[in-house]
Amino acid sequence: MTDINRTHMLKSLENGIRFDGRNLVDIRQPFDVKLNVSETAEGSAVVTLGNSIVMAGVTMELATPYPDTPNKGGLMVNVELVPMSHKDYEPGPPGIKAIEISRVIDRALREGGAVDFEKLCIVEGEKVWNILVDIIPINDDGNLFDAGALAALIAIKNAKLPTVTEEGVVDYKQKTDQGLPLVSEPLPVTIHKIGNYLIVDPTYEEENYSTTRLTVAVQANGNPCAIQKSGEEPLSQEQISEMVDIAIEKSKEYREILKKFS
Amino acid sequence: MTYENRFDGRKFEETRPMEASVGVVKNAIGSARFKIGKTEAIAAVYGPKEVFPRMLKNPEKGILRCYYNMLPFAGFGGRVRPGGSRRSKEISMVTEHALSPVLDLSDYPNSAVEVYIELPQTDAGSRCAGICAASMALADAGFKMKDLVSAIAIGYVGDKVVVDLDYMEEHYNEFKDENAPKGGETDLPYAYIPAEDKFSLMQMDGEISPEDLKATMDMAKKACLNIYEVQKQALRQKFKKIEE
Repeated sequence: MTDINRTHMLKSLENGIRFDGRNLVDIRQPFDVKLNVSETAEGSAVVTLGNSIVMAGVTMELATPYPDTPNKGGLMVNVELVPMSHKDYEPGPPGIKAIEISRVIDRALREGGAVDFEKLCIVEGEKVWNILVDIIPINDDGNLFDAGALAALIAIKNAKLPTVTEEGVVDYKQKTDQGLPLVSEPLPVTIHKIGNYLIVDPTYEEENYSTTRLTVAVQANGNPCAIQKSGEEPLSQEQISEMVDIAIEKSKEYREILKKFS
Repeated sequence: MTYENRFDGRKFEETRPMEASVGVVKNAIGSARFKIGKTEAIAAVYGPKEVFPRMLKNPEKGILRCYYNMLPFAGFGGRVRPGGSRRSKEISMVTEHALSPVLDLSDYPNSAVEVYIELPQTDAGSRCAGICAASMALADAGFKMKDLVSAIAIGYVGDKVVVDLDYMEEHYNEFKDENAPKGGETDLPYAYIPAEDKFSLMQMDGEISPEDLKATMDMAKKACLNIYEVQKQALRQKFKKIEE
């Protein structure tokens, strides 16, 4: 990252324009979703946000519940930053970037009460469904938090349970028409701070210049349900309030896309 | 007669429907998507870049490295745990060997060209789909190549030699009609270089007669020439779009 580029970016932001011509709080176009992109998954979706393309796939697993929650199923969110999606990524175990995105999306879904885990219980203390969500960027041009969460939510929303045979084995080849108990739709919105400017839906380049960011997951009623601040620069009370307000406003735009798939 | 009609109604020498396109991963210097039936591969090329470990450096030409990876939800069954397996490592190696004969990397000594192959969904034939996508991606990146590489699996299912097996055919005895006797479940993936009339990948698991084995090569060539047209068409399509 050269400083001259940063200076240029700050100057551009001062004029309210980003390198790709957007306003500071504009979400990129094209912004769209494709369903059922993988027939082997129980549910899947691809979200395109500008040049970022993110795929999410849901697989269902029959498992024994945890002893402390014998009547509840489980949820696992995993992000794989595959080297196909950007030159900076290498093959190998997930690094801190992938782990943070997984955990923030997981927290948004969990704390936002997205899934009714009790409805995933088949036999109390013996058999429950676990929802395994894998999020994979096909082309990473930034904002994997928001695009990944949206893809995950839509994939869960469109997933169908596989059949269970009389012997209690999952037959993945036969899907039922029973969906998953998705009861709320929390949506994370990430606000980045570059210099003194706040932006939404950053490109990969903008993410590299960002000094701090706040991811706020917002419920349909406008209440925040999970937050993550990351980056080395501290934030003032006013800055945080402003970022939360932008997140709530922008979550409505993300929600418009979600509505098309209900 | 044990295998009269294929499970999905195809003719014995017919491949599943194909789709191909290039330029699907903008960050990469070349990329392609190849879909055959419900098997889909996306390949992206990065490089030339530094070689690690350095002992792999070749002072005469660049080296090709391929990484075959099934996405966690791409398996015919439960979740596939991410991270390399013995299977994916071996497939990555045979993919490198299938592609390097057509690729001229003499302009890039001491460096590596990397091809990442990701599979969002699979229904058998995934290494072949991966090779088809990877060869298109390398061409899309603009490397010097003698030709494209096309790949297909030929099989001996029940008592018939068939082209492009799907998952059910690979597990014929599990899915066959109750009355039909047990039969072959033999799978032979081939990669073919049309310009040289040579094969750059051949593997087999299962049993087959020597006559039928030899016959599979003719069928592989025929099927690969069809795939070759689909690949070329996809590459041309990109430049047509640029022209417009």
